[in-house]
Amino acid sequence: MTEYIHSIRILVAGEHGLVIEFGSVIAPEVNLRVQQLARLLHFEPIDGVMEVIPTYRSVSIYFDPLVITRQELSRQVIHKLGRIEHQGVEDLLSSRVVHVPVCYGGVLGPDLEYVSRYTGLSPQEVICIHTSKPYMIYMLGFIPGFPYLGGMSSKIAVPRQERSRERIPGGSVGIGGNQTGFYPIESAGEWWLIGRTPIKAFDLTSDNPFLFSVGDYLHFEEISTAEYFAIRRSVERGTYVPEVSYL
Amino acid sequence: MITTIEPGLFTTIQDQGRWGFQAYGMPISGAMDRYASQVANLLVGNRHDAAVLEMTGTGGTFKFDEKQIVAVCGGDMQGLLNHISISNWSTFIVPRRGILRFDTAASGYRTYLAVRGGFEVPIVLGSRSTCTPVKIGGHEGRVLRQGDVLHVGRDMECETQLGSLADGYIPQYANEVQLRVILGPQDTMFGSAALDTFFGSSYKVTTQSDRTGYRLKGPKIKHLGNADIISEAVWLGAIQVPVHGMPFIMTADHQTTRGFAKLGSVIRGDLPKLVQTKPGDCIRFRCSTEEEAIEALQKEQESYRNIAHACKKE
Repeated sequence: MTEYIHSIRILVAGEHGLVIEFGSVIAPEVNLRVQQLARLLHFEPIDGVMEVIPTYRSVSIYFDPLVITRQELSRQVIHKLGRIEHQGVEDLLSSRVVHVPVCYGGVLGPDLEYVSRYTGLSPQEVICIHTSKPYMIYMLGFIPGFPYLGGMSSKIAVPRQERSRERIPGGSVGIGGNQTGFYPIESAGEWWLIGRTPIKAFDLTSDNPFLFSVGDYLHFEEISTAEYFAIRRSVERGTYVPEVSYL
Repeated sequence: MITTIEPGLFTTIQDQGRWGFQAYGMPISGAMDRYASQVANLLVGNRHDAAVLEMTGTGGTFKFDEKQIVAVCGGDMQGLLNHISISNWSTFIVPRRGILRFDTAASGYRTYLAVRGGFEVPIVLGSRSTCTPVKIGGHEGRVLRQGDVLHVGRDMECETQLGSLADGYIPQYANEVQLRVILGPQDTMFGSAALDTFFGSSYKVTTQSDRTGYRLKGPKIKHLGNADIISEAVWLGAIQVPVHGMPFIMTADHQTTRGFAKLGSVIRGDLPKLVQTKPGDCIRFRCSTEEEAIEALQKEQESYRNIAHACKKE
């Protein structure tokens, strides 16, 4: 077996699970390997596998041990890893960029001032940095449609709040540590809320209930309060089409 | 139709869960006690994926407009049909205008009411299960309230006969349970002393336990170093140990990803035992093997087959 496959750890997750660990860091090159395997398992499903969940640096596979044994599943996964070893990951890079309009500050982003004070930047500078580039979606989880993003500038990083807020409104855009993202539905959380988006990342009335896929990019864009409410009305009417572009 | 006269403490519609969307962050949900809910469906001749009512701690009171065949399984909520005691783990008829009333669980913690045909609610992402954290599924995405009207569906599979389940298939619920655990994947983040603590101590179920998970309290399980990991998937039965050192076991509505070290997993066959404990009950853990876990699953499948066979009307 090759060094690449030897560097991958296959771990036990109860009798129903397998974790394929590609590394111990959050890095695009590790995550792309994760996506590569998850995609292969999606397009060439293995009998007995119930779910495949790609995360930052590992793929979790849930299976029915009465249908397939761990040994057999591991064998098939290792075989697939061998096949993709020399495949470049470049072709995996999605170029889909979902544009997320955000109204920053004010009542919709009550913590923008705090982030500004903490970082020593003006609120407008915080917004400029936050909207300066698209962020890669490493994984989805926590609550439906919640994107774990990578690549936010450390200039606007702020340690999380010590206490969880009980009710953060859906659409809230926040910063927690060096992470950023937004809460698709009302949830508890510890992030500093710098703005809000009127669009929905999880919408059961839509043909595609989940706006994002792993590997997509998300680009925050500043809008005015008037635009926020205009888009929100359009979302409520079901006529809003999220803006998508390609890198 | 069936009218909710009193909803009980936390009553939801559940089936076998909303599988296939965890990669998008969607919890699985579904009945906490898979065994009791499945057996309830078998007893009324339902398909295994028919929706049942899950009552927690204290059950509700329901008025039936029409005659229905029902079964009650799980914790003993001292059910009364028109003031006469019913027996758990049995199939019986609720007559037209009958009132089925449940009280506090005298044993166990979760009770399942299956009605022949299943409860009819819209299928959301492949399931009828209520997921209250996301506010979807079941009856309007929430717990039942007084006055809610439920409808009976057509998810039956075969004819069934009235009667009780053989004793051998009825679990005995206790205030102290032992759960079997398969170590991993982050057991190496704990030293042998910490594992000795975990396997050698008794942990109490706290009141912060709910459908998302069981939070336990007892001797602290110390990490060798860091307590956190890079966020990754968690699963049914996964035992997370956050920095405070208290075990937190994932159940039906658990979030799909978390960033805490996972010492091990409770084997699936023992999850029904876990979810029938209530706050204040005690839990001990025993190190188990994959073979033992699979044997438990095989035994469970065999029970379903035998029960289905016995219930079938000749």
